[in-house]
Amino acid sequence: MTDPHVSAGLQGESGRNLPPLRLHVPEPPARPGESADFTHFDIPAADAAPRPDETAQPATMRDMAYGLVRVLDEDGAAVGQWNPNLPPETLLRMLRAMALTRAFDARMFRAQRQGKTSFYMKSTGEEAVSIGAALALHRDDMCFPSYRQQGILIARDWPIIDMMNQIYSNKGDRLKGRQLPIMYSAREAGFFSISGNLTTQYPQAVGWAMASAARGDTRIAATWCGEGSTAEGDFHSACTFASVYRAPVIMNIVNNQWAISSFSGFAGAEATTFAARAVGYGIAGLRVDGNDVLAVYAATRWAADRARANAGPTLIEHFTYRVEGHSTSDDPTAYRSAEESSLWPLGDPIARLKQHCIGLGIWDEDRHAAMDKELAETVRDAAREAEKNGILGHGLHHPMESMFEDVFEEMPWHLKEQQQQMLDEWKAAGL
Amino acid sequence: MTDIQHMNMIQAINSAMDVMMERDPTVVVMGEDVGFFGGVFRATAGLQQKYGKNRVFDTPITECGIIGVAVGMGAYGLRPVPEIQFADYIYPALDQLVSEAARLRYRSAGEFIAPMTVRSPFGGGIFGGQTHSQSPEGIFTHCSGIKTVIPSTPYDAKGLLIAAIEDNDPTIFFEPKRIYNGPFDGEYDTPATSWAGHRDAQVPTGYYRIPLGKARIARAGEALTILCYGTMVHVVEHTVAMLGLDAEIVDLRSLVPLDIETIEASVKKTGRCLIVHEATRTSGFGAELLAQVQERCFHHLEAPIERVTGFDTPYPHSLEWAYFPGPVRIREAINKIMKD
Repeated sequence: MTDPHVSAGLQGESGRNLPPLRLHVPEPPARPGESADFTHFDIPAADAAPRPDETAQPATMRDMAYGLVRVLDEDGAAVGQWNPNLPPETLLRMLRAMALTRAFDARMFRAQRQGKTSFYMKSTGEEAVSIGAALALHRDDMCFPSYRQQGILIARDWPIIDMMNQIYSNKGDRLKGRQLPIMYSAREAGFFSISGNLTTQYPQAVGWAMASAARGDTRIAATWCGEGSTAEGDFHSACTFASVYRAPVIMNIVNNQWAISSFSGFAGAEATTFAARAVGYGIAGLRVDGNDVLAVYAATRWAADRARANAGPTLIEHFTYRVEGHSTSDDPTAYRSAEESSLWPLGDPIARLKQHCIGLGIWDEDRHAAMDKELAETVRDAAREAEKNGILGHGLHHPMESMFEDVFEEMPWHLKEQQQQMLDEWKAAGL
Repeated sequence: MTDIQHMNMIQAINSAMDVMMERDPTVVVMGEDVGFFGGVFRATAGLQQKYGKNRVFDTPITECGIIGVAVGMGAYGLRPVPEIQFADYIYPALDQLVSEAARLRYRSAGEFIAPMTVRSPFGGGIFGGQTHSQSPEGIFTHCSGIKTVIPSTPYDAKGLLIAAIEDNDPTIFFEPKRIYNGPFDGEYDTPATSWAGHRDAQVPTGYYRIPLGKARIARAGEALTILCYGTMVHVVEHTVAMLGLDAEIVDLRSLVPLDIETIEASVKKTGRCLIVHEATRTSGFGAELLAQVQERCFHHLEAPIERVTGFDTPYPHSLEWAYFPGPVRIREAINKIMKD
């Protein structure tokens, strides 16, 4: 017998002269074995974007959400109204922080493949998004990152050995081996504890910024999520709160085109830009070349100045490309064209800044090669030091009874009882 | 010496927030309609006028956002007291409560904490239908890192809420809305009573706290132990009085942390145990209580432990009094336990 619920859903009233409805399921432009094609991308000239006043009303700058803020042109020259005109030492600091992030990623990815830890996530190709922003913010502004902003910690000179201890979940791990590798927490670096649940940090950042404003503080907050997780309710709750209370917060969307195997079309990219989410909330929205560290810096600085002037929040889409897999747990050749990363029209953020610095006469190929070599040695030495504290699964972790600590400020009886039971069971088993 | 005033439960809850906002400038109150209007149940009445909009403010209608923002405010160093207008509306905030607030201290090894108290009216008996009557406490007691507190009198409501606000861990504070304005004995077809003249409606106007994790013996007795909380304390008291039974009624007050010592001592003394709650039965907190009593008191038990709970159905509007664990169902369970 036909289920009446099903049959009612499968056929409407007969006799209507209407075309059948169609469901649109997005499909990326290229799958494995197919040629990648980015020629349909509309990439404006580097000096094309106007630069509104930091206190401009959102309604007067809607075009910014559909354009692209760029500073570095095809020849590596810094051009246009958004050029932050940074001094050479800042440019070289950016270059070094991006290169160190890439070297760190390479070493830790390999450590995972060697079985020294369970998991790793690289930020290859996206280094400018974290480092440009971190250097544009004040050191005491609060960051609520997602899982691919390790560059913030590196730009804030956080010890990489501390990050490695966390990745190895060893006895040197300040987080006591409780968190998945790369889910750092560094209060002293203004870096909020990373969650594995997506975009939860968005309303949290807005709340931190609201608190700062309510208390008459001068610090602002910044947060990051991927384009895929803009679909989460938390994103939209955060935008509403940020708009309603004009919170001093910068909300960054890292549009790296891929959410594991789902292309950006599953987050709505076929219909509009992600920066355009700002328009509906009446928030200032900027769309930025995320592989241009000077553009990221300039946009972040603009948004930070806006927040500090009590002119409200900014939503920034960083248009970039995830060169590697989502994490060590997926193989991107299984779901996307292998040609994509080499054809990405906005290039590589490190190569572009390097070209710029060489053009200015403050850098050269030899110095760059020497820096890469030195940084590879730096991360190798740090990894060896961290490994003295242990690697995952080799006994040098925190004692097992520590698992019951920090669930609450004071351990209640039921956790003490379970802790004792565990110890008694292991003892009875002769372990 | 602190003054004593008659207060209903709403006034006692309002007084707790007032006292804490006066004492601690980091305490902030937020939620739907809590500001100018003072809350749909009037629990925050007058607070915005007294402490200003930076500390007491209305929020957009997004529970996920309210709790997420409260987590961020806690990370900044504030002590938020968000209101979720009805416990039935708390589900959109579950991710922020369960995966964020409750886990923050643990996952950051104490670098960040979420010292928030989430106030929310819960429970039925007001013809609220299935979206204004639920008792979701079991969802939170099942989750590590969060405390769950439920008062049953104005005096307890104020003392427990102050303790919850001062606590550095996230706390769910469920307020039994059926007894906001007066105790309810479960006799739904008799006129409602107010808190007037009730011993536990005599409330100090100043600061005092009732520690979380300490149960209250609502009635001392020898024949049977009844474990309950919230509105059910009053329904059980009434039923026991009708039966003329010398039962010991334990008002748990806090489910996590749980006062296991008081429970264990009482059941070992009486040898019989009944558990009463309004929430649905399967995986309800009564199941945990039953397991705890069985593990600790098995050799003292003279009869199987019984549960009287809401049924495993949604809360039905027109059949509210068939669903509600009222005196009829409680009496039947008591008779079953006492017959041997």
